[in-house]
Amino acid sequence: MTVLARSAAQRSRSRQALRSAAADVLFRNVTRVAALLVLALMIAILVVLVVQAWPAFHRFGWHFFSGREWDPAHATFSALTSIFGTLVTSAIAMVIAVPVSFGIALFITELAPTWLRRPVSTAVELLAAIPSIIYGMWGLFVFAPLFGEYVQPWIIEHIGSWPWVGVLFQGPPMGIGIFTAGLILAIMVIPFISSVMRDVFSLVPTVLKESAYGVGCTTWEVVWRVVLPYTRVGVMGGIMLGLGRALGETMAVTFVIGNSHTLGVSLFNAGNTISSTLANEFTEAVGPTYTSSLIALGLILFLITFVVLALAKLLLLRMAAREGSPT
Amino acid sequence: MSPMHRDDTVPTHAVSPQMLAGAGRDPARATVIENPKLAIRRLDFYYGGFQALRAINMDIAERQVTAFIGPSGCGKSTLLRTLNRIYDLYPEQRASGEILLDGRNILDRDQDLNALRAKVGMVFQKPTPFPMSVHENIAFGVRLYERLSRTKMDDRVEWALRKAALWDEVKDKLRQGGTRLSGGQQQRLCIARAIAVKPEVLLLDEPASALDPISTLKIEELIAELKSDYTIVLVTHNMQQAARVSDYTAFMYLGNLVEYADTSTLFTNPAQKQTEDYITGRYG
Repeated sequence: MTVLARSAAQRSRSRQALRSAAADVLFRNVTRVAALLVLALMIAILVVLVVQAWPAFHRFGWHFFSGREWDPAHATFSALTSIFGTLVTSAIAMVIAVPVSFGIALFITELAPTWLRRPVSTAVELLAAIPSIIYGMWGLFVFAPLFGEYVQPWIIEHIGSWPWVGVLFQGPPMGIGIFTAGLILAIMVIPFISSVMRDVFSLVPTVLKESAYGVGCTTWEVVWRVVLPYTRVGVMGGIMLGLGRALGETMAVTFVIGNSHTLGVSLFNAGNTISSTLANEFTEAVGPTYTSSLIALGLILFLITFVVLALAKLLLLRMAAREGSPT
Repeated sequence: MSPMHRDDTVPTHAVSPQMLAGAGRDPARATVIENPKLAIRRLDFYYGGFQALRAINMDIAERQVTAFIGPSGCGKSTLLRTLNRIYDLYPEQRASGEILLDGRNILDRDQDLNALRAKVGMVFQKPTPFPMSVHENIAFGVRLYERLSRTKMDDRVEWALRKAALWDEVKDKLRQGGTRLSGGQQQRLCIARAIAVKPEVLLLDEPASALDPISTLKIEELIAELKSDYTIVLVTHNMQQAARVSDYTAFMYLGNLVEYADTSTLFTNPAQKQTEDYITGRYG
């Protein structure tokens, strides 16, 4: 009886063990499939893009990357103006958004009185919830006219005559253009960058900050020399998240960039980005060369994003190596 | 709370009853310290509405080691944190009364906090190396106050590391990240960092509680070494440590300074029943 009972207990225990082992295997496979699915999707997207972009590359060769013509009437296409617009608008957005986001995150985590922290962070996060088309319409109907009427003329008059940088701020004050697109992009990516920065700043151990204050640092020195290096991976991640958004942002940019396939030095010129061109022209594209050229643009955006992310990763590795600490 | 805090609640390091043999009671005994480095007068401290320190009066001797002991929550760390006003970072914390450093009240509203913290260095319970190289960890603090040439700075870094008994272990790793050192080395790096700005007072908040016994021993030897140059205030819940390294010991309980005496008197002949109960491990 007791022997029987014991062996029954043993059996049920071993059955349980078996079942949990089976559950483990199942769970591991489910997670593996989920992870591999992403990889498979990426590869599939890449393959489709390459296959469909091939006719354009084949026809225009390297000229596709270096030429300035985008002429649907003569079926001549090249990507330089779009690549230029994409990189420059994103760069403008980063130049503006990174310092502002840093300031917001710094204020929320280090300086703001406790009662003000939540309202400010909520307000900033709500910015992220606004659909991009709203930004585009606001940019076109509200911001661009005011900018062109009051701000641009002043900039053109005062900064346009400076040596070196002056050429960036010349031309007619149209309101819309590459610079405006960059500004709107900056507003759109600020919530992403600043909320990541805020989160990583608040993860810095209190004792680390206290010991920096303890050697006599000011708040600025604590943030600049201790908090920022300590959180550099997270901060970089936030910036890359914002940059990724800026590179791919479509609707808002399409509204305010002017959609012109010309290349000029001045940031006040109208221009286009890869995504704005795709949004504008994909439905109108007639003929295999036109469509294939647009898909080739998509492939280039894919590669730009990949290269940017890879460079960021490399930068982090080099920073870590210089500092001599593992990250 | 981290596991390191566990011995807060159970005083496992009680002094043996033999040490108390022949103890006579003299409740009227008072500790007189000539020319104190720090004089604490009627100090009250509040966390919001909670009063954590009650009318503390205490003199701290120059170039001696003074230990604060007591069960957790007694206010010993709070008291330490008033001495460089690090509590000032938190708007809901405030102190009233006076703390005289060389006769000057550091609780004055117009006290320059950075200057104060250059004079009163602090080392925390957990090692807190900054995210930079060993060399930079030390040079960083110095640079806040002094402009030194590269060679002078190298000399200062070496001096501080030697003082902290760390030079021989890290002289080939000065460009490596400070966070890559072992825990004990990191803590000595933090002590070196505090020393490098040439403070007059060193505040040590349970500096060895996160370290292994050998590292602890090194820190204790270092404290004994450093007291010839610095006034050292040490918070510890390891009573043996207090007995080993300190010249004066203050026993605190529930925000009150219960007893303050030279260390051998406090441990062998405590005047207060509460002190005796605590050091013999009768309550925590």
